[in-house]
Amino acid sequence: MLRKFFIGTALATSFAFSAHAADVKEVQMLHWWTSGGEAAALNVLKQDLAKEGYAWKDVPVAGGGGDAAMTALKAMVAAGNYPTASQMLGYTVLDYAAAGVMGDLTETAKKEGWDKSVPAALQKFSVYDGKWVAAPVNVHSVNWLWINKAVMDKIGGTEPKTFDDFIALLDKAKAAGVIPLALGGQNWQEATMFDSVVLSTGGPEFYKKAMNDLDEDSLKSDTMKKSFDNLAKLVTYVDPNFSGRDWNLATAMVIKGDALVQVMGDWAKGEFHAANKTPGTDFLCYRFPGTDGSVVYNSDMFGMFNVPEDRKAAQVALATATLSKSFQSAFNVVKGSVPARTDVPDTDFDACGKKGIADLKKANEGGTLFGSLAQGYGAPPAVANAYKDVVSKFVHGQIKTSDEAVTELVKAIDDAK
Amino acid sequence: MSTVAETQIKLTPEHDARPGATVRSRLQDLLPKIVLAPSFAATIVFVYGFILWTIYLSFTNSKTFPSYAITGARAYQRLWRWTFESDPPSSWYTSITNMGIFGFLYILICLALGLFLAILLDQKIRGEGMLRPIYLYPMALSFIVTGVAWKWFLDPGLGLEQTLHQWGWTSFHFDWIKNKDFVIYTVVIAGVWQASGFIMAMFLAGLRGIDGEIMKAAQIDGASTFQLYRRIVIPMLRPVFLSAFIVLAHLAIKSYDLVVALTSGGPGGSAWLPSNFMYEFTFKRNEMAVGSASAVIMLMTITAIIVPYLYSELREKSR
Repeated sequence: MLRKFFIGTALATSFAFSAHAADVKEVQMLHWWTSGGEAAALNVLKQDLAKEGYAWKDVPVAGGGGDAAMTALKAMVAAGNYPTASQMLGYTVLDYAAAGVMGDLTETAKKEGWDKSVPAALQKFSVYDGKWVAAPVNVHSVNWLWINKAVMDKIGGTEPKTFDDFIALLDKAKAAGVIPLALGGQNWQEATMFDSVVLSTGGPEFYKKAMNDLDEDSLKSDTMKKSFDNLAKLVTYVDPNFSGRDWNLATAMVIKGDALVQVMGDWAKGEFHAANKTPGTDFLCYRFPGTDGSVVYNSDMFGMFNVPEDRKAAQVALATATLSKSFQSAFNVVKGSVPARTDVPDTDFDACGKKGIADLKKANEGGTLFGSLAQGYGAPPAVANAYKDVVSKFVHGQIKTSDEAVTELVKAIDDAK
Repeated sequence: MSTVAETQIKLTPEHDARPGATVRSRLQDLLPKIVLAPSFAATIVFVYGFILWTIYLSFTNSKTFPSYAITGARAYQRLWRWTFESDPPSSWYTSITNMGIFGFLYILICLALGLFLAILLDQKIRGEGMLRPIYLYPMALSFIVTGVAWKWFLDPGLGLEQTLHQWGWTSFHFDWIKNKDFVIYTVVIAGVWQASGFIMAMFLAGLRGIDGEIMKAAQIDGASTFQLYRRIVIPMLRPVFLSAFIVLAHLAIKSYDLVVALTSGGPGGSAWLPSNFMYEFTFKRNEMAVGSASAVIMLMTITAIIVPYLYSELREKSR
């Protein structure tokens, strides 16, 4: 036993040495896609790379979630030990790029035509100072309603087109004795729903000004107050036990028919799929009422680090595979999001996915593709979290009126800038 | 080991003039210092070094990454302003008031409950050997386990309330864990459950150390049981009170994981403690300067409590 171990170690070391001589045929990847559907989706990429002869090595992260991974990444980068790539979100990519630790994929980008196929709004986060530093993997959008079809039929509801329609629908559900709105009372879920409410209340122009440009006049305008009032209206339709609930438990309430609707990003679709539900027959996906034609997005990116020369070939292979049409289609079918390039055929996607792809294309062309503030694509993390604080305090009653909420929002964002 | 040392001592005076022996004896003097040096160096760097580094960072404009240009005390100014923003409460105001409520109740209830249990167990009852570990056992669990278990137990849809509703007591209502004004008290409940058994064990050891003669003398003098405990036993437990206080105070200040596991921050962040504030700002919001400043303030607060205690302890010893 012991001898076996020694031989094994000796072999491993000799491999390590021989590998350093030429290009390293290995991709070191930091990510937190470890649960069922996400891990399966990522396996597609692993297999694509294996075909080209690149081994895949996960960088271990203790504790799972994105926060733990980002803490681990910070430590690795500080120690000069860069992974080939890391799963990253929005402004984090730009922060690291500003610190000068990101690689340069511009050559690959030119060859593959990313400039044309990746939506301009996404390029804001994947291109820094004219250089491609990250490969976007997908586009999620947050302005969706997820509805249990059986409950919808029972109460005789139809697709709500305006906010007032939506309230009327929720009233019907309440009268029928089901929980109208499934919400998890965690600050990011509340703020994600509020993104949609603002877009619905103020329209695309207003959303951009307030939530992306952080224009102070818009933030304290009457439209913003109206948005908070609308949020307060929605919160009256949740069950009393909502505080602190995880998002997937809220989705489960809709799947089981305990609740009618959830306002959540399209990652919720993964939960429906895992429960073997089909769009159109078991559940319905509509845009949040009054937001059709616009897409509030967030996106997962693979940030590419400035690795030594001998590891660059593996990095280029990873980036190319990530943005290849076949992977974009295969991955996003499983993940519930839509491809990060607009020229991927939608044949393999379900009804909701097809709608998502069409909406993204339309929004990209019409200039109504906006970053979600709650998901960290509207403003840097400090501002985004200040925003989440205010929304959450409003939902839970620390902030009592919409007047106060608007004042607090301006103050908090100002503080965080 | 000791024989070697003794022979050495005997030998040294005779061979004092020889240079070899001097080196050897010097080496022997140095040995403890050499052995201690690595851990000493590690403490200097990783504890005190990083304390200084944190203090330094709190005066910079560090965001995602540390930046080394000193830009003044803006982080402290912000914290100072937040200290007085009570309506609507700022996250920092919530954190420090929660620390006050949690620290006070946690320490007080643990001491009272621990002492009470210890006195009951000290009545020479049968089965003490079995009861003691039952009370002590929660201390063997991590804060995370305690937090998750109590989260389920206190959840109105899963735990106590739901069960009592099923048993027919439908008017029963206990939703503190979902209530922004009461969520911090659920943290106290879980914390007390975990630590009071340990405090009981400390008091029990203290009670066993009290001389039985004194008790008997008091009883002969006609002291009632209540007087016996109030006038004699509890005053004699003073050193135990002090150690228990120190143990509880540091547990209270570092209970970050309990809040996270039990409440995930509470509705609208209403269960935050300063440690949650520090982690959120440093690692989630990329406001490293503000996070560092809050850490420094926590350190100063602890210092303000511990230093007078250490001072009085050391002075008593030197007397």
